[in-house]
Amino acid sequence: MLAYIIRRLIYAIPILIGVNLLTFTLFFVVNSPDDMAASQLGDKYVTPEAIANWKRKNGYDKPLFLNDDASGVAALTDTIFFTKSVRLFAFDFGRSESGRDITTDVSTRMWPSLAVALPSFAIGIWVNICVALMVVMFRATALDRWAVFVFVALMSISYLFYIIGGQYLVAKQWMLVPISGFDPDFKPWKFLILPVLVSVVSGIGSGARWYRTLFLEEAGQDYVRTARAKGASEISILFKHILPNALIPILTGIVVLIPSLFMGSLLIESFFGIPGLGSYMLDAIRSQDFAIVRTMVFIGSILYILGLILTDISYTWADPRVRLS
Amino acid sequence: MWELDAKPVLLWSDALVFMLVAVLTTFFYRLRNDPQSRERWSQVFSSRLGMVTFTIIMVYVGVALLDSLHFRRALPPPDGVETNEVFYDNKVTSVLDVMLDGMGDRFERTYSAPFALKSFEKSNMKDEQGNMVRDFDWLEHAGQHLAEPAHRWPDVLRLSAIALGWGLLASAVVVGLQWRLLRNSVYPWYASWTVQTSVICFMVWLVYISHYYHVLGTDQGGTDVAYQSIKGIRTGVLLGTLSTLVMLPIAVTLGVMAGYFKGWVDDVVQYLYTTLSSIPGILLIAASVLLFQVYIDLNPDFFSVGMEKADARFIALCFILGLTSWSSLCRLIRAETLKISQLGYVQAAHAFGVSHTRILARHILPNVVHIILITFVLDFSALVLAEAVLSYIGVGIDPSMGSWGNMINGARTELSREPAVWWTLTGAFFFMFVLVLAANLFSDLVRDAFDPRSSSGRSEA
Repeated sequence: MLAYIIRRLIYAIPILIGVNLLTFTLFFVVNSPDDMAASQLGDKYVTPEAIANWKRKNGYDKPLFLNDDASGVAALTDTIFFTKSVRLFAFDFGRSESGRDITTDVSTRMWPSLAVALPSFAIGIWVNICVALMVVMFRATALDRWAVFVFVALMSISYLFYIIGGQYLVAKQWMLVPISGFDPDFKPWKFLILPVLVSVVSGIGSGARWYRTLFLEEAGQDYVRTARAKGASEISILFKHILPNALIPILTGIVVLIPSLFMGSLLIESFFGIPGLGSYMLDAIRSQDFAIVRTMVFIGSILYILGLILTDISYTWADPRVRLS
Repeated sequence: MWELDAKPVLLWSDALVFMLVAVLTTFFYRLRNDPQSRERWSQVFSSRLGMVTFTIIMVYVGVALLDSLHFRRALPPPDGVETNEVFYDNKVTSVLDVMLDGMGDRFERTYSAPFALKSFEKSNMKDEQGNMVRDFDWLEHAGQHLAEPAHRWPDVLRLSAIALGWGLLASAVVVGLQWRLLRNSVYPWYASWTVQTSVICFMVWLVYISHYYHVLGTDQGGTDVAYQSIKGIRTGVLLGTLSTLVMLPIAVTLGVMAGYFKGWVDDVVQYLYTTLSSIPGILLIAASVLLFQVYIDLNPDFFSVGMEKADARFIALCFILGLTSWSSLCRLIRAETLKISQLGYVQAAHAFGVSHTRILARHILPNVVHIILITFVLDFSALVLAEAVLSYIGVGIDPSMGSWGNMINGARTELSREPAVWWTLTGAFFFMFVLVLAANLFSDLVRDAFDPRSSSGRSEA
């Protein structure tokens, strides 16, 4: 097991290098640092001195890959590629274009993100599975067909509608919870109810529909017929036979998402004013702060790869037949 | 005749649209000639739901095509100047605008509620004695023909009745023609005709009544919301199809090659899509769009009309969405190709010495077509929804180009007003919902017909 995990971690390195090269190409080769300086300074007719100044201040005044002026190792390290991209591997994220320390920002903003994302994720899965099991109980009836139609309709509603509608109805009309905001020390749950509710409800359509197909596939298997023949009740068939066997495909879909919960949700966080990583990313995109975007791309890919490894490990737990080697 | 004094404008996206129509037509024509897929299509169209959803999608596509025929109107020569030179309006108009009969030209000053006669906000005006007062101003293009404001609702009913009469007459002609041709068909055409009748009646009613009222009110800039919602159709439909079309060749080529040649080709392709899918999609898209925006801002001379700039950004967005989203389809096709290339007939072809290209073209590609088809329809609806989200983030369609995302983005805080401004959001969400629902239901039917054992059809946004 340990050997397997270590090997998978080594496999992750070329992927991370690829991610790094891709973002580097996007950010520095497609648009030169001069272009970036001009757009950051916000004036079409900026002087060359102003551009040179900006580049020096933010550390973009170096050659891209190879520094001919320096000697030895410095020829490779004193370049934009090394200082801006390779440093990320050591979790040295540097400073944002506006001069803030990204590492501190990320480590403080991670927790509010998790406070919203984790309950949404857990409650969402629980609700979806319950709804899907209920529908599977009525399989091949008119109720089942209508339920599928409702799922598709729920899926077709824009995510923004759920957020805007939820805020309008629950917070403004019924005045049950505050519209937005976050308070880490004092009663944070008050601010969490609505975002969690919105993400759970918006996920029911696609989630429950997916679980329904998984359960239905299991419901057609021989062991289900046998269980019914020996007189097991419908409830016990659903929970004892179908649910555990459908676990493998369910795990494939959801475990990979768990590490990414740290990243939070862009939309939920910005609409509900939660100071997490999602709104951090959105602010970075809107203010064109490429240093932050680069860092978040890197963190995001690490978390995704972590999720893939976790998925494999979770198989051994869900299905004793699976051995990792 | 307006054709004579107008100059056609071919935007890049227009050219792509008509190319797309040509490609899809040949694709479906070839599918038709294949007996197996004929049978499957007839399964889709034998159901009423299939007919209804297909008709709705076709209506949206038709509107998008009409909105893609652009031209610039000639302006009358300036007063007192004798010249043979013709000046053209800087504003690009489409055939759809002409058909909507000036619906987009009836501006108000700011918000107004559906069927309202007065503005939503107070403004300074003079009363009879010449004193300045703040009150709700009358609208410029609503209820001008009414003698008495109280007559509004009876008048709306009267106009609706007239419009409905015209609508029924028009649909009788359209449906009657089809009935002559298709009355012996085995397919449930009456379901499609019901939809057609409703759509024609609705459109006639909308265009007719828009001469007298703003059916869905006006937005902050005073533009008619119903008009904006209809203009959003082109953006949504085009974004969905063009992006998928950019993505398909990459995904299919790489997927088939990885599954067929295996070995190092497979390793490289797998490495590529794992790397790409490990980057958070929204960040990759946002970064690419921002970089393109920087490029446009620094090279403003490339585009002669403002609309061309918006159009360039739109096409760039389609390419970016296509280039960043091919990994999941590529994975599916690779797996399917791996499976197919183990089958007896492919092995036999090998043994007979058939070349690789021929095996790929004759034995592998036709057997992955159903995956491509299902993905095409599923991705379409996902992309229409994604557009709204991207516009909210600020990396979507150019604000000068109408889109549902921009409408939602502009009006998202307006529900917190008192009274709430709900009509802009309603218009955008409704038109978007109908299209996405139709596409989702249709894709379910296509999947059932083409891939009966499918359970992999999880749609991830």
